[in-house]
Amino acid sequence: MASETEPGLVRVLPCGETALLVEVADTLTAVALARQFDHLRAAGGPPWSDVHDVVTGERTVLVIAGHLTTMTELRPAILESVSAARLPVLKLGGELVTGGNRTPAIVAPLEIPVVYDGADLLDVAALTGLSPAQVVDAHTGADWDVGFTGFAPGFAYLVGGDPRLVVPRRAEPRPRVAAGSVALAGPYSGIYPTDSPGGWQLIGRTEVTLWDLHRDPPAVLRPGMRVRFRNVGGPP
Amino acid sequence: MIRALEVVATGPLALVEDLGRLGYAAVGVGRSGAADRAAYLLAGRLLGEPVGRAAVEVTLGGLVVRARGSLTVVVTGAAAPATVDGRPVGHAAPVHLPDGAVLALGMPPTGLRSYLAVRGGIDLDPVLGSRSSDTLSGIGPAPLRVGQVVPVGEPGAGGPTMDVAPVAAPEGGRVELTLLPGPRLDWLADPRALTATPWTVSGSSDRVGMRLTGPALSRAERWADAELPSEGVVVGGVQVPADGQPIVFLADHPVTGGYPVVAVVRAADVDRAAQCRPGQDVRLRWAVAPR
Repeated sequence: MASETEPGLVRVLPCGETALLVEVADTLTAVALARQFDHLRAAGGPPWSDVHDVVTGERTVLVIAGHLTTMTELRPAILESVSAARLPVLKLGGELVTGGNRTPAIVAPLEIPVVYDGADLLDVAALTGLSPAQVVDAHTGADWDVGFTGFAPGFAYLVGGDPRLVVPRRAEPRPRVAAGSVALAGPYSGIYPTDSPGGWQLIGRTEVTLWDLHRDPPAVLRPGMRVRFRNVGGPP
Repeated sequence: MIRALEVVATGPLALVEDLGRLGYAAVGVGRSGAADRAAYLLAGRLLGEPVGRAAVEVTLGGLVVRARGSLTVVVTGAAAPATVDGRPVGHAAPVHLPDGAVLALGMPPTGLRSYLAVRGGIDLDPVLGSRSSDTLSGIGPAPLRVGQVVPVGEPGAGGPTMDVAPVAAPEGGRVELTLLPGPRLDWLADPRALTATPWTVSGSSDRVGMRLTGPALSRAERWADAELPSEGVVVGGVQVPADGQPIVFLADHPVTGGYPVVAVVRAADVDRAAQCRPGQDVRLRWAVAPR
């Protein structure tokens, strides 16, 4: 995929009057940087106190401020934050490494119980050259980090899992995928938060409610969190 | 007596909107809110209301409401001709509706979206801190329905401060929008292609984005077959999908997108974009000519 930014380097791109797009080399770096921006926002003080949204992408972090006047300070503040951060680099296998130490997650891994009986489990096994049981072992064996969101409210792209599980999307998307479906696509895993159309490979399902508008925050999975899947049934 | 608006007719689309939801983009929920923010804010100011009370965004007129209780209302944005019990009333001018009075909005001569604000604000339940209806995610109040009784909140202290606001109606002819560079400007073969020709507002435009039709924009050679990793986008962003027909993101835009955003419409001009009708001509121009 296209990225001009090499490991360890950061580009700050213009994005209109009140936003800047910070481009980094990979998703885990973007996650780490966004986490740092969130800490700066929580600490308060200009210009971060005027930043109302930080949106992590696959290779980017979008920083959106409320006022034009913030922008003169925001760009240097971002650059300062980047150079102060010892940005993690992605090693093969998805391990997040900073000076030899795995970056601590904000919270302990959230355990998600999964029944591994997804409609595409056999296809995923065929695509990866693993047995269905090995697919399940690989999915539960490594922790995943919530990278970025998109596609639908509450849908989180989980990154940093077992690299053997990289599979393409289904050629034919399904018109309806049930909420709670646990799926794979590309290097990502995800859980459908609500019933929706979807083209990811379905490997299982969970009873955990991931999206509830009567909760604040409504999403269980938020950028920076860590997830551990637990096998509570299957493969058949 | 309970103060409310009883919906007699909705027109093509009547939505409840306020300033939208900030701070939920990281979980995939966009800001939403009034598409023409300036017109919405003017309505609140004219009523002497605290900033942020919810109003009704009326697309192409046609809304008819009956007052329950004594209400003060104002209509801003697209100048839909308004009547109270059949008698014409002014645009951008607060008007009193006695209990039972019927306010009807006709088709505006120019523009797309009018704002009906009421003292006390529309008092439907907020979702994630906002009463805005987000048409992309389905979050927030459903579109108004005939027969619905929409509760109105308690008015604050103060009251209307002006009899009328002398504001220009949305433009009917060619609309010029000013562009700033977007993060992926280098994905365009020629940035001048955006500004060289007039664009036409497509009929598939909505609150998610104003879709423009014209000569397809081509990609720079080096990005011709590239896939952009999904990244955050902003309101006003000019996204160029694979077909080369640009989309200007409006209030209900997605939080992230997988096509390059090559430019961003100046904030003040996003409101004007939100008032452009299908078929209308749009001219884009760079605030500063890109190198």
